[in-house]
Amino acid sequence: MTTSLSGQELSQIVSEAVPDSVAEWNERDIFIKPESWLKVARLLKEKAELDFAFLNAVTVVDYIEFFEVVYHLTSLRHNHSAVIKMRCYGREEPAVPSVVSIWQGADFQEREAWDLMGVRFDGHPNLKRIMLWEGFPGHPQRKDFLR
Amino acid sequence: MTLKTEPVTINIGPQHPSTHGVFRMRVTFDGEVVVDVEPVLGYLHRGSEKLAEERTYTQVVTLTDRLDYVASMSNNLAYVLTVEKLAGIKPPDRAMYLRVIAAELMRIASHLVFTGFWLNDLGALATPLMYCFREREKILDLFEMLCGARITLSYMRPGGVFQDAPEDFWPALHRFLEEMPNYIDEYEGLITGNEIVLVRAKNVGILSAEKAVNSSISGPILRASGVEWDLRKADPYEIYDRVKFNIPFGGVGDNFDRYFVRVQEMRESLKIIEQCVEQVEPGPVRSEVPFLVRPPKGEAYGRVEAPKGELGFYLVSDGGIAPYRCKIRSPSFINLTILRDILVGWKLADMIVTFGTIDINMGEVDR
Amino acid sequence: MLEGNAIFRNIYCLLAGNEGNAAYCTPLAPGQYGYAGVKFGLLPHGWEWVAYFVAGFIIVFMVVNAIMLSTALYTWFERRAIGRFQARIGPNRWGPFGLLQPIADLLKMLLKEDTVPKDADRWVFNIAPIVMFVPMLLIFAVIPFGKSSYIANLNIGILFIISVTTVSALAIFMAGWASANKYAMFGAVRGVAQLVSYEVPMVLSIVGVILLSGSLSTISIVESQRLPFLLLQPLGFLIFLLAASAEMNRTPFDLIEADSEIVAGYHIEYSGMKWGVLQAAEFAAPLATGAIMATLFLQGWRGTFLPSHLWFLLKVFSIVFLLLWIRATLPRFRVDQIMGFAWKGLFPLALINLFVTAIEVLIWPLPNTGQLWLMVGINWIVAVVSIVAFANILGQRSFRRLRPRTSPLAGVTSEVG
Repeated sequence: MTTSLSGQELSQIVSEAVPDSVAEWNERDIFIKPESWLKVARLLKEKAELDFAFLNAVTVVDYIEFFEVVYHLTSLRHNHSAVIKMRCYGREEPAVPSVVSIWQGADFQEREAWDLMGVRFDGHPNLKRIMLWEGFPGHPQRKDFLR
Repeated sequence: MTLKTEPVTINIGPQHPSTHGVFRMRVTFDGEVVVDVEPVLGYLHRGSEKLAEERTYTQVVTLTDRLDYVASMSNNLAYVLTVEKLAGIKPPDRAMYLRVIAAELMRIASHLVFTGFWLNDLGALATPLMYCFREREKILDLFEMLCGARITLSYMRPGGVFQDAPEDFWPALHRFLEEMPNYIDEYEGLITGNEIVLVRAKNVGILSAEKAVNSSISGPILRASGVEWDLRKADPYEIYDRVKFNIPFGGVGDNFDRYFVRVQEMRESLKIIEQCVEQVEPGPVRSEVPFLVRPPKGEAYGRVEAPKGELGFYLVSDGGIAPYRCKIRSPSFINLTILRDILVGWKLADMIVTFGTIDINMGEVDR
Repeated sequence: MLEGNAIFRNIYCLLAGNEGNAAYCTPLAPGQYGYAGVKFGLLPHGWEWVAYFVAGFIIVFMVVNAIMLSTALYTWFERRAIGRFQARIGPNRWGPFGLLQPIADLLKMLLKEDTVPKDADRWVFNIAPIVMFVPMLLIFAVIPFGKSSYIANLNIGILFIISVTTVSALAIFMAGWASANKYAMFGAVRGVAQLVSYEVPMVLSIVGVILLSGSLSTISIVESQRLPFLLLQPLGFLIFLLAASAEMNRTPFDLIEADSEIVAGYHIEYSGMKWGVLQAAEFAAPLATGAIMATLFLQGWRGTFLPSHLWFLLKVFSIVFLLLWIRATLPRFRVDQIMGFAWKGLFPLALINLFVTAIEVLIWPLPNTGQLWLMVGINWIVAVVSIVAFANILGQRSFRRLRPRTSPLAGVTSEVG
């Protein structure tokens, strides 16, 4: 059975290694500040006791006042999982750092999130629209998208 | 003297016999050798995630059928599990067994489709394809008994299944379970030892385990690379902890391993179904669930081992009758990440074969 | 050239059966030339060329039409048989057993729009199907269909067949090049490489037959086969079979039109009747191959109790069925493997065959029956040994199921179940 790491556990480990990176946490997930996300991501992947080598999914949820970027991570070796979240505010091109350099599996998902949600992933090698064509007006999965 | 040659760029797809739907690759060739690949997606994009936000939790089940249309039971299962996780619904035992039987039958059907089309990609004039489809038809007949549909099944509901299996389903299933191992032997006799298949598939399109894990590859491709990771064992859902089965996995991560893992998986699926048939007991098949499911505010990520890999649903509820956000983590889409890495450097023919072993389904890639 | 042909002789003598043509027309009575009761030729002296022309035209007309019809019938047969191989029925709607399906196909193709791509080289594009189809017909000019029924008794019959079939490589390249399509270009380039390579083992495998029969003429090859050359030349037969199926680009070697890779290869841009002609050429090819192989290796029309034409048809049919069986079963090679198979596999095998046959012919220039059977034994042993040796050198050996090794990236699954 895959155990899910609690937010408390995880935030302890993360804030020890990268101070001032955890914005808040609850029993299920932790919220990371976008500016320290790359460091945290590298830590999550490379720290032996965490070993989150497998990135399940990158999701962006539109909560009108902010976008929540959700990363589901699994460690195949320890068989545990974690949910990492980030909030980014602003509706004009909100941006978070891209993790393609750490998990290649984020490549297409980040492109999709940019295409449909309009969240820019800084540092992505090829951040183009993936589902829609270049020149499509707007980002259709946002809650305020109307045609 | 060196001959000066120019690279040629060719569009493979969206209309091409071997792209399994409307997938398009912009490939640059140097002679016959692939230099660069750029996948172009979106020709079948229907906005399923957005559509799901406008429908009730039960209605979304029909949308999931249209994702991976050769494995709709697995899609139903993944979605229904997530809703149950979100709303705290506990399905009755018999429903869980029926769901597992359906999902494993679907896995066999999906792998049969893979085997047939892969051999078609190898150039075998549709003979193995027809053989595989012959058995797939039998599975679809079983599904027709279960729910009246053959492709877009919508058999499962949050809290159980749509209806109990009819009386004549069980003898038909028994007959299928008896016949199927012989048919798998037949395919193996046609394919597994075939000299041309071996020479075409062995040590071609190798994907290392590290690369596979780093690229979030899941399902048979990951296992073919030697990573023993199967959600049915690692994170047992439904009743998978009550049945015994093995996880087949490969050693090299080449095309042949990816094929062979799938063939062995079919045999394991048969084992699972057999045990389920022994264990299943009469009882209700649906728990009491209101017509409009209103899960509490919150979110859930549910995942199953679909035939193509880890199929996950991430549902966010705002307490209403429709999901606030429904993210589909589709295995085909994410498995395409490695496309460039495993195709570059091989020949045109290898490219088609390797692409075939990724076993994508455009309904799921574009959603 | 046509004089040996019975039908030709009959028509010719009917029209111009006078004393000047004594060589062809047997006298009814001394001094009375003619044929079957008609004493004198219908045409006056000096008009023999008309008789020659008419007789030649009639026989060519008959043969060409017979080939076209049998090609049409063969498309039906191939589709039915492959349907059976693939656990389905095949065309069965139009006519008894779907026998009229080729006619329906023909009508469909005639009615389809004949498109030519904008950038295509129109002239070459239009002429390519004809260049493809004509050699297939020309092959039948030197094939003896039955006892003394053939069009031409060329003393270089085999050479003629080889040179005429080579033209199809040109046709494929013309079609592929003129289409101005990258897929077609791929097919054309592959086609030239493959067809030229497979010419070599094909020709070398025939040389063994020529050595044994001592003649290049197909008619005398048939007559010299006391035993079928299949028995005397098993290796040659096999090499010819494989090389010919590569020449026809059928399934294990169908790189040129690899459906799953380059869609249809050189004929991707063709439509309507031009495509139909290309397909007709493709379906006539197995018949031509069957006819050649029956002539070279299976004693041609010779047989014991059945009429000679029927024997010939039976032999052609069995070869065609063998080709069809291969087509329905095997997947396709890759482009480098296909070239490797020609140069590393078939070419040395053909040389071995040629070498052994040459030595045998040197030792027994005029073998009696016992020596012939000795040669059969030696050749079969050589064939089996060399094929097994080459299979072991080039092949995958036996399929072994390797014990897979787990990656250390995940090791959690053994705890359950």
